[in-house]
Amino acid sequence: MSVKKVYDKQPDTFEFTKENLVLAENILNKYPKERKKSAVMPLLYLAQNQNDNWIPLAALKYIGKFLSMPYINVYEIATFYSMYNLSPVGKYFVQVCTTTPCLLRGANEIVKACQKKISKNENTISENGMCSWTEVECLGACVNAPMMQVNRDYYEDLSKNNIEKILDSFMQDDPIKPGSFRNRKNSAPENNKINGNGINNA
Amino acid sequence: MPKITVNNKEIEFENGMTVLQACELAGAEIPRFCYHERLSIAGNCRMCLVEMEKSSKPIASCAMPATEGMKIKTNTEKVEKARKGVMEFLLANHPLDCPVCDQGGECDLQDQSLYYGFDKSRFKENKRKVKDKYMGPLIKTIMTRCIHCTRCVRFATEVAGVTEIGAIGRGENMEITTFLEKSMESELSANVIDLCPVGALTSKPYAFEARPWELKKTETIDVMDAVGSNIRVDTYGWEVKRVLPRLNEEINDEWISDKTRYACDGLLKQRIDKPFKRENGKLIECSWDEALNIVGSKIKETDKNQIGFHAGDMLSMETINSLKEFAKKLSIPNYEFREKPLYLNSDNKMNYIFNSSIKGIEESDCIVLIGTNPRHEATMLNARIRKAFVAKKIPIISFGDPGDLTYDYTNAGNSTEDIKKLLNKENETSKILLNSKKPIIIIGESALELKSAKFILQGIKKFLKENNFINENWNAFNVLLQNASSVGAIDLGFFEKDNSFNFFNKLKNNEFKLLYFIGSDNLDFIKSNEFIIYQGSHGDRMAQIADVILPSPAYTEQNGLFINLEGRLQKSNKSTYPPGSSKEDWKIFNLILNNLEEDEKFKNFVELRTDTISKIKNHTDFDLLPKKTIQDLKFESGSLINEPIYVNEIDYYFSNSIARSSKTMSDCRAARSKKLNKITGS
Repeated sequence: MSVKKVYDKQPDTFEFTKENLVLAENILNKYPKERKKSAVMPLLYLAQNQNDNWIPLAALKYIGKFLSMPYINVYEIATFYSMYNLSPVGKYFVQVCTTTPCLLRGANEIVKACQKKISKNENTISENGMCSWTEVECLGACVNAPMMQVNRDYYEDLSKNNIEKILDSFMQDDPIKPGSFRNRKNSAPENNKINGNGINNA
Repeated sequence: MPKITVNNKEIEFENGMTVLQACELAGAEIPRFCYHERLSIAGNCRMCLVEMEKSSKPIASCAMPATEGMKIKTNTEKVEKARKGVMEFLLANHPLDCPVCDQGGECDLQDQSLYYGFDKSRFKENKRKVKDKYMGPLIKTIMTRCIHCTRCVRFATEVAGVTEIGAIGRGENMEITTFLEKSMESELSANVIDLCPVGALTSKPYAFEARPWELKKTETIDVMDAVGSNIRVDTYGWEVKRVLPRLNEEINDEWISDKTRYACDGLLKQRIDKPFKRENGKLIECSWDEALNIVGSKIKETDKNQIGFHAGDMLSMETINSLKEFAKKLSIPNYEFREKPLYLNSDNKMNYIFNSSIKGIEESDCIVLIGTNPRHEATMLNARIRKAFVAKKIPIISFGDPGDLTYDYTNAGNSTEDIKKLLNKENETSKILLNSKKPIIIIGESALELKSAKFILQGIKKFLKENNFINENWNAFNVLLQNASSVGAIDLGFFEKDNSFNFFNKLKNNEFKLLYFIGSDNLDFIKSNEFIIYQGSHGDRMAQIADVILPSPAYTEQNGLFINLEGRLQKSNKSTYPPGSSKEDWKIFNLILNNLEEDEKFKNFVELRTDTISKIKNHTDFDLLPKKTIQDLKFESGSLINEPIYVNEIDYYFSNSIARSSKTMSDCRAARSKKLNKITGS
């Protein structure tokens, strides 16, 4: 992973929609007036949601003005956190966890499937415009490794047997249900297995 | 005072010190990259690790506050190993290009790796490569060399007051850049070059010019503005290669403005190296004898009342003194150093200097600006105001609109009526002022140009005296003059003291027959039939219209005395020699006197300097503030005319003949106006 590239075709202007402006004001009210800069992260997320899951430069400036903070500081935050996208992503944005636990459980296979099904390189939108994928660090679901996040949903307990089917469903704009693909309930033991103490752990 | 033990040596330290500072007190040297005493603490380079008793891990001494009874060790094996480890990590991604790096020879990383590093690298993997960033015409970037100390980021945010540099990305991919690679909009931007501990930010105009050990270093002072920043001039042969700041806490801390630093390439260009005379409308070279004969005969044949002398903005006191004696000898009554008709009162030294002192700004709790833009008129002074503002959030109020000053201020009105309200205690500002303990009122040249200037200056002085803001311990009354030679010229009385502005009227009405400009290029003047003699170093505005040109050295090429806006007398030292057949100004005056068969007043430079010093008012000693003269203050009353207070816009990068000759300065000016055009859309 390198520093996020800023997209070369930028819209000239950005403004919150009426609904989002109300949300933005609500967010601002959560912070003391002299600390309004703290609202930068939720506002960036709001802007990202409004703009097809990526933040244009105009939005960085807009938020900078909105919170009266220097542009560079907004830019620093937007490049620091992997949750913010500075160039367009697919309708289904696949984030594959490749941190140690997932890697040990075969995250490489997931990456290979993404390369095969979506695009050869990460952060590149597939030819039909549906998907893009990227490698990310730990998403906090190590118990269900390997896993990936697609938009707001977790797809867990993946394997090379089911991953292609899942990716195909995104490519065809007909996503299958998220969750564990080994029929686990959340991170409970498989098939309702009982732990060493004889207690049902579900 | 609390005590701390460093390497078994017990010392006392002041509360609030960090472990690093305490170790330095104890004489233990701690290597560091990110820590800088004038910036906030970052603690991200980890080079300053030391061992603390009862701590299993080494601690970052720059970020750890020292406390009573701490036991610190800086010379153990563990510390040495920790330093070597940190060094190895820093060098893992640092390119081995010292032989082609401009920082080589004065690089913190180079020096410290010699003392604290391993002799060879164990890093076999590929090194990181980072794209270079554009940061304007002054700063050259080689970002692969960056070790992410964030000194530049902190400097821009805290000292310069322009949050334009930042660190994007994270971890190994962190990169230092300006927003969308715009140039930094600050007059202090080039200080990040000095701050950078490696060769990531280096000087663009100085790139590949010389190695630090080849340069001759002369400690001197700056004349680009009236602050008198302390500088070091580095020369290679005749050429001035660069100008660096010298530490002086009283004046410029350890920063200098971009103009001070980079106008020096103007010393190599547009130089007048031979005498010239005008024949058939063209300037042609001539010998000194020829030029002196023309000057002599012109002075002889012209009526003394129709001769005018004007002294420039960067002249040393010796030059002005010898010029005044020269004028006296020839009984020429018209001489002036002001560039515009400013109201000046030289009865008391207090009336034309910055009495609170630059260091005093830090103690102040309220600052009022009247018709001044300190950011452009005295950049280092503005940095000090910002320092006070950042430290204590003091109220800053401006009469007149100076634009962005890098700190927040309130505008209290743009007309002289508003000042009357202040004096009558009728507005909000007067309330703030009266509630403060150590206020500062700064009157700028734009205010002194007004018709009500006398009213403002005298009124403010009276107001402050009546409210006990002018006393033994504190003097809130300040005048901010813009030129390096101004205070010296006032001390020597090289102007019309009655403020009738006869000189300017005569100049405007073209009543002079002979005008003698000495280093003076900023005068607003349209030539008609005058015979013009220009004596100076640069072929600038006045040289173009001159009939005779006499070459004289620039400020780096002769010794001289300058009094800064605080009234502090400083020595400027000769760091290089003038080009061609230039002669020092006082010698030229002697030559002209010889030509006219008059006696010369000063036989040698020592005599001239002694005489000059004896004429300085309230003189104490070199580098010190003048004696205070707050007894027997005189108050006059001036008439108030209701007029707007404009803060004159200065063409910052083009404000004197050296800067106008400098390519770097015109690049800066172009970069600035490009940015402005983009904003205004013109």
